[in-house]
Amino acid sequence: MIPEISWTILLPTLLVTGTGFAVLLADLATTGPEKDGLGWIGIVGLVVTAIASAALWNTQASGFDGTIVLDRYALFFNVVFCLAAALTLLMSMDYLGTIGLRSGEYYAIVLFATAGMFLMAAANDLIVLFLGLETMSIAAYVLAGIWRPDLRSSEAAMKYFLLGAFATGFLLFGIAMLYGAFGTTTLTTITAEIGPSADLQRTLAFGGVALLIAGFGFKIAAVPFHAWAPDVYEGSPTSVTAFMAAGVKAAAFAAFVRIFMHTFAELAVDWRPVLALLAVVTMTVGNLAALKQTNIKRMLAYSSIAHAGYLLVGMVAADSLGGAAVLYYLLAYGLMNTGAFAVVIALGKRGEPNESLDDYDSVGLRHPALGLCMTVFMLSLAGIPALAGFTGKFYLFSAAVGQGYAWLAIIGVLNSVVSMYYYGGVLMRMFMAEDGKDVQGTTHRPYLTATLIVTTVGTVALGIFPSWAFELALGAFQSLG
Amino acid sequence: MLIDVTIIVIKVLAVIGLVMPLAGILGWIERKGSALIHDRVGANRASILGFSGAGLVNTMVADPIKFITKEDIIPRGADRLLHTLAPCINLLPVLIAFAVLPFGDVLIVGDREINLQVAPLGVGVMYLLAMMSLGVYGVVLGGWASNNRWALLGGIRGSAQMISYELPMGLAIVSMILTYNTLDLQEMARAQGELLWGWLPAWGILYQPVAFVIFLIAGIAESKRIPFDLPESESELISGYFTEYSGVKHLMFFMTDFVEVIIVSGMITTLFFGGWQVPYLSATGFEFPGDTAIALPHLLVVVLQIAAFTIKTVFFCWFQIMIRWTVPRFRYDQLMQLGWLGLLPLGFVNIIATALMILATQD
Amino acid sequence: MSPYVFFPLAATIIAFALGVVLNRHPIRSALCLAVTLFLLAVVFVFLDAHLVAALQIIVYAGAILVLFLFVIMLLNLEADVPLKRRRNMTLAASTVGVIFAAATLRPLFFGAGELPGIGLEAPVDAAFGSAEAIGHRLFTHFVLPFEITSVLLLVAVLGAVVLAKKRMG
Repeated sequence: MIPEISWTILLPTLLVTGTGFAVLLADLATTGPEKDGLGWIGIVGLVVTAIASAALWNTQASGFDGTIVLDRYALFFNVVFCLAAALTLLMSMDYLGTIGLRSGEYYAIVLFATAGMFLMAAANDLIVLFLGLETMSIAAYVLAGIWRPDLRSSEAAMKYFLLGAFATGFLLFGIAMLYGAFGTTTLTTITAEIGPSADLQRTLAFGGVALLIAGFGFKIAAVPFHAWAPDVYEGSPTSVTAFMAAGVKAAAFAAFVRIFMHTFAELAVDWRPVLALLAVVTMTVGNLAALKQTNIKRMLAYSSIAHAGYLLVGMVAADSLGGAAVLYYLLAYGLMNTGAFAVVIALGKRGEPNESLDDYDSVGLRHPALGLCMTVFMLSLAGIPALAGFTGKFYLFSAAVGQGYAWLAIIGVLNSVVSMYYYGGVLMRMFMAEDGKDVQGTTHRPYLTATLIVTTVGTVALGIFPSWAFELALGAFQSLG
Repeated sequence: MLIDVTIIVIKVLAVIGLVMPLAGILGWIERKGSALIHDRVGANRASILGFSGAGLVNTMVADPIKFITKEDIIPRGADRLLHTLAPCINLLPVLIAFAVLPFGDVLIVGDREINLQVAPLGVGVMYLLAMMSLGVYGVVLGGWASNNRWALLGGIRGSAQMISYELPMGLAIVSMILTYNTLDLQEMARAQGELLWGWLPAWGILYQPVAFVIFLIAGIAESKRIPFDLPESESELISGYFTEYSGVKHLMFFMTDFVEVIIVSGMITTLFFGGWQVPYLSATGFEFPGDTAIALPHLLVVVLQIAAFTIKTVFFCWFQIMIRWTVPRFRYDQLMQLGWLGLLPLGFVNIIATALMILATQD
Repeated sequence: MSPYVFFPLAATIIAFALGVVLNRHPIRSALCLAVTLFLLAVVFVFLDAHLVAALQIIVYAGAILVLFLFVIMLLNLEADVPLKRRRNMTLAASTVGVIFAAATLRPLFFGAGELPGIGLEAPVDAAFGSAEAIGHRLFTHFVLPFEITSVLLLVAVLGAVVLAKKRMG
């Protein structure tokens, strides 16, 4: 009568949600400068969750009447999300003081967003997926607008919320069509039903798939659903932007990959061309638009759009190499992008965000450590060998070539070359320009320094020793189904 | 098929025929009763051939004629369509809410069992809540469509109040649903015919006194009667959200007030006081504890049940009118605090306590 | 539910939905939306989903739309002055709309055979759509989404308070 409660499957989500509650309660007891402690509660909780997820690495279980699964895929993403959230919290502990945001709820909302992400990665039911997506999204909308004195923050939240609500509407419409086609919202049942499904069911399913692409496309900021990204990334507080770029994108891709590369694998002949087209347009528009930006956060936003394009290339190669490449790249991207945003934070101080590219003049000469970190991140994002970005792109493009999409890989490589221009532009400013602005850098900011160290080391390590991570990603992807 | 439709039409006419005159009589009770409470004479001018019936002719004959023959004024700048629609939207939900109130058990005519409830919905209680929710539209639109900022203020106050008190009302209803394990109002009324410990009629108020109090207060607040009549506060907003209405539209707003009183009384009767149940009366006659029984013909039983329902409902209408003329008005922040900080937590605690008790007494 | 009931009802719903989009005054749009939702509840009743119909009215028409009306009234929104038409936008939107409509309607007119599902006039058992049936399904198969919803609501309330509260000090 009473359904069975699978505590093991829920354990990571429960840990993160519990940490969120703990932060909320602790928030009641703290005021002002002690809010840093809340960040530590969050980080400890996330570390424990990551360890728990790693300990569960060999489970393959489904629970709650098949609505949620725990497989290596979900656990891999759990670790990625924990990493992104922990780095965000670490950065925030210094950053929030800089901009004067004294909100303890910030930490709690980040943790609840992470819980939503966990559910998105582990969902075996379209309704659980939708609820996880909404939890994460609403938390993200709030985080985008949480810096109330700044008008750009409110603008970012408005735009994100309005467009996000539309995208959610499309997603729901797609889910309804899929339900109409297959009579169930459980992903495993849909997989089984696709094979013997009749023509008319398939037509309805295609409608659902198309709308799902629209909904997910918004979340990953693919073109033509990308219009929100530059404004939202620019207006949100920088630590929130880092969280969005690393965590939200990874979660959206987690759900996207599970549904398309696993559930709809038999329909691949239909969605592959669409995603290929999306990949081309996304990469191109993202890179070309980034060339003309003068604000570093907007530049990184367009670069984020372009990277979504690269990831879509991996999805087009609808096999395990492609899937594993996507997973690996999400991990690598999370590290290097968070690091880049940490450098952006480092340049700012109270009252002067210093987000214009002109503010980067000669920073590398005056703060060499900061310059070194930024070099690592920019080169990694561009895809220079011996760094994480290169290995990620290598896996993605070789998977595409292996499936006969060599032309797509060539476009990807060309786009990487183009991106070198604006990434390199930042580096040139940092090391070769003269007479720049006085920036605070990492003095008196231990947490920011820690974040920079972790991300730099991670990016280099993944670049030099990629195979262990790739093997994990491969094992994770192959555990699907 | 045709006979079924006819029976339903007869039931509808019966209910409307009961409710509308009762609304008029309540108007009379209000004016004459308030006069008695205030130790004054009250309305007594109108008379037919010298018969003034203690103000009855005035209220029930002269007043409607006056309302119907008055000029219908639509203020300049007001939205004409909405101004005309608002009273109709206000009256409709409260009238059709009567469809789920059971006013008797079954009437057996020949070989046909007629359930004395206009619409035997399985989700009857939810239907009532839905109609209460729709009642907000009339208030909002009435205030808005008048092009009058005091009316707008009354409309906003009124709708905020109604929304706030829908919640405690819903919570009280949830505890009744838990107690009777059904959403069907007829089933709830039937379940209250049982005897606790062999002699006490198991009416809802014995099981859920707290829910009764919450429901009563929330119901009075929903119908915006004093002590919750800030939307219509006569000393401040003249008539609040229906200031700019004259003639038939004003009559409709006024009537909605009384019909809401009747529906709230009807709900209290059905949920907490046994509905049509007469103590110890079963389908075959009286069955007192101690094994004495008085057999009664079926038609008499039905008439007794309908009479019981009517008397109980009228009693609660009278009770609400008495409250109106006794208690002073709440201030707006006091009203909101009572709803959100008082009744709402109380409702939650009540539900939890009910659920725990059901869990404890289950086998 | 016979087609003779469904199609007139559907036509009315579409008419009011067009009223939502085409009306210039926001209050009239909101009212058209209220009628649309109410008529949808009527459709649900005809499909034997009584509880969902009641919930649709309580939640959607009775709470969410009242919130819409509140906001419109408090912001004192006037009737809209139509924006200057941009021909490209109109062209692009119309094209997308026509494609979308064609794609959605194609199974109806060119699909051979029946759409999946049980059809408009299929009989259902007596307990279908009752509170018991829905409650049972909600607490057995859908118990996890049910619990997740509580976390979602917490996040929403927390976010609303954080964004809207008066700043202390």
